[in-house]
Amino acid sequence: MSDLIRKDASELAGLVSSGEVSAVEVAQAHLDRIAAVDGAVHAFLHVDTKGALASAAAVDAKVKAGDKLSVLAGVPLGLKDILATNGLPTTCGSKVLDGWIPPYDATVVTKLREAGVVILGKTNMDEFAMGSSTEHSAFGPTHNPWDLERIPGGSGGGSSACVSSFEAPLAIGTDTGGSIRQPAAVTGSVGVKPTYGGVSRYGIVALASSLDQAGPCARNVLDTALLHSVIAGHDPMDSTSINAPVPDVIAAAKRADIKGMKVGIVKELGGEGYQAGVRSRFEESVALIESLGAEVVDVSCPSFPAALAAYYLILPSEASSNLAKFDGIRFGNRVGDDGTKSVEQVMSETRASGFGSEVIRRIILGTYALSAGYYDAYYGQAQKVRTLIKQDFDAAFAKVDVLISPTAPTTAFKIGEKLDDPLAMYLNDVATIPVNMAGLPGMSLPIGLAPEDNLPVGLQIIAPAMADDRLYNVGAAIERELLAKWGGPILGMAPELAGA
Amino acid sequence: MSGISQEDVAHLAHLARINIPSSELGHYAQQLDAILNAVAEVSSLDTANVAAMSHPVPMTNVFREDIPGVSLTAEQALSGAPAVEDERFRVPRILDEE
Repeated sequence: MSDLIRKDASELAGLVSSGEVSAVEVAQAHLDRIAAVDGAVHAFLHVDTKGALASAAAVDAKVKAGDKLSVLAGVPLGLKDILATNGLPTTCGSKVLDGWIPPYDATVVTKLREAGVVILGKTNMDEFAMGSSTEHSAFGPTHNPWDLERIPGGSGGGSSACVSSFEAPLAIGTDTGGSIRQPAAVTGSVGVKPTYGGVSRYGIVALASSLDQAGPCARNVLDTALLHSVIAGHDPMDSTSINAPVPDVIAAAKRADIKGMKVGIVKELGGEGYQAGVRSRFEESVALIESLGAEVVDVSCPSFPAALAAYYLILPSEASSNLAKFDGIRFGNRVGDDGTKSVEQVMSETRASGFGSEVIRRIILGTYALSAGYYDAYYGQAQKVRTLIKQDFDAAFAKVDVLISPTAPTTAFKIGEKLDDPLAMYLNDVATIPVNMAGLPGMSLPIGLAPEDNLPVGLQIIAPAMADDRLYNVGAAIERELLAKWGGPILGMAPELAGA
Repeated sequence: MSGISQEDVAHLAHLARINIPSSELGHYAQQLDAILNAVAEVSSLDTANVAAMSHPVPMTNVFREDIPGVSLTAEQALSGAPAVEDERFRVPRILDEE
């Protein structure tokens, strides 16, 4: 297997732009890796061999012509199958969209193409991004490269698994309640949910519009920053897009200096309910942060214990509305249209056969929460709790520069373990959800393996809105120390995959 | 505040246009009841003087200049349609026979 697959995105971009290695060779090495190991990992739903090699060849032509290249030109990437791709299937992990080929690109995809990033294919996900394990994909689960019997997190488990199994150095995820950060945590990779409105949502199939945000996944902090810089920025096609300069995340990732910073530990996100090895690695990180000259203080966010409940009212409510368009009328599959049935019957049959059980559960829940008579007690009350959560963050950021917590309460669990217990599944996102509720940026950074199971643990770093650069500065400072301690990247400790 | 029956699930499923087989209504009712019990925790906080928040970034009336831009052709817009007739979406009948 080519050693190109183990290289960082920044290294690959350098090799391609200097002409030392062609983008086609880089793409082919990753396509070969996918062919060798994706039968076991199942990170990809569609691999676009032809498209990938064509865009790589276009980058090579630019290199030959001496054109100016972007920071990630010629670097391969896995794209979560929730982003619309012109000419390439987009299923959202759902049968209802099986075979649908969008006639346009999401803005994030347009930006990637313009930057010469080589899109290898579309990655697996929980259906319509509902889940924390990728087991809710209609096309079968993705497997965690650290232990193929375990989940790679979710909903973006395909994106985290393709990065951590060296099928791609970069991936795009979306994060509504933790779907970039929790998969990063359980696969030993880096994932960032940018500030809400920092990356365009145009062309991304909406789950909960007030919470959804696309972001970068990679194997180290600098690569994550490079990808962030390529996809971020104002987009007139998304009315919630923030019209302000993108924070200089690349400079922050290179600065890696936290001397004099104030770091707050969120008291409510840790302790009881968190696995022993998650807690011990988190405590080691706290000591490390202090040793780098930052001041660490405890911060209380008293409304956070109600965040999970509020989220599971707001998300299903918004989802029940957003998913109304999957009715077999204008796009996607149509079921039962035999010429005798009404449109209502056809819609009902289409949706019953097209949606999996988790999607149905959440649509029913949202329909209930928005019903007359229940609206104030459920959806209305959840929106007020959301205000309290934001106020807790505001008060915390009046005292500290960033907040930290474990990303997820446990390491990767076994496939099947929580599949028929929705409440147990929802608890995976208990530490990541408050961040989405307030629209803040958050990062998950690998901080070691839990001693009891040798599986990766993630540190969550949270910053105020539009201060995404702080995540990269803090993350890179911690990463530098950990790399020195480990003697190399954490993914070097993962077992070799069969077939490689 | 909670307590969701099989009949409730059937009614909600009808509102959401999902044809759930009657054999599955009981299982959904049981799971939804457990979820509703858990999310009732939102009532545990005092929100008497708290305003509701629908969105993390308050924005109103985001307009663009009234200039025609590039948009999908009819052919592109219909490219994913399950059924097409005369450059239009063909749909099952929308009116009941009376």
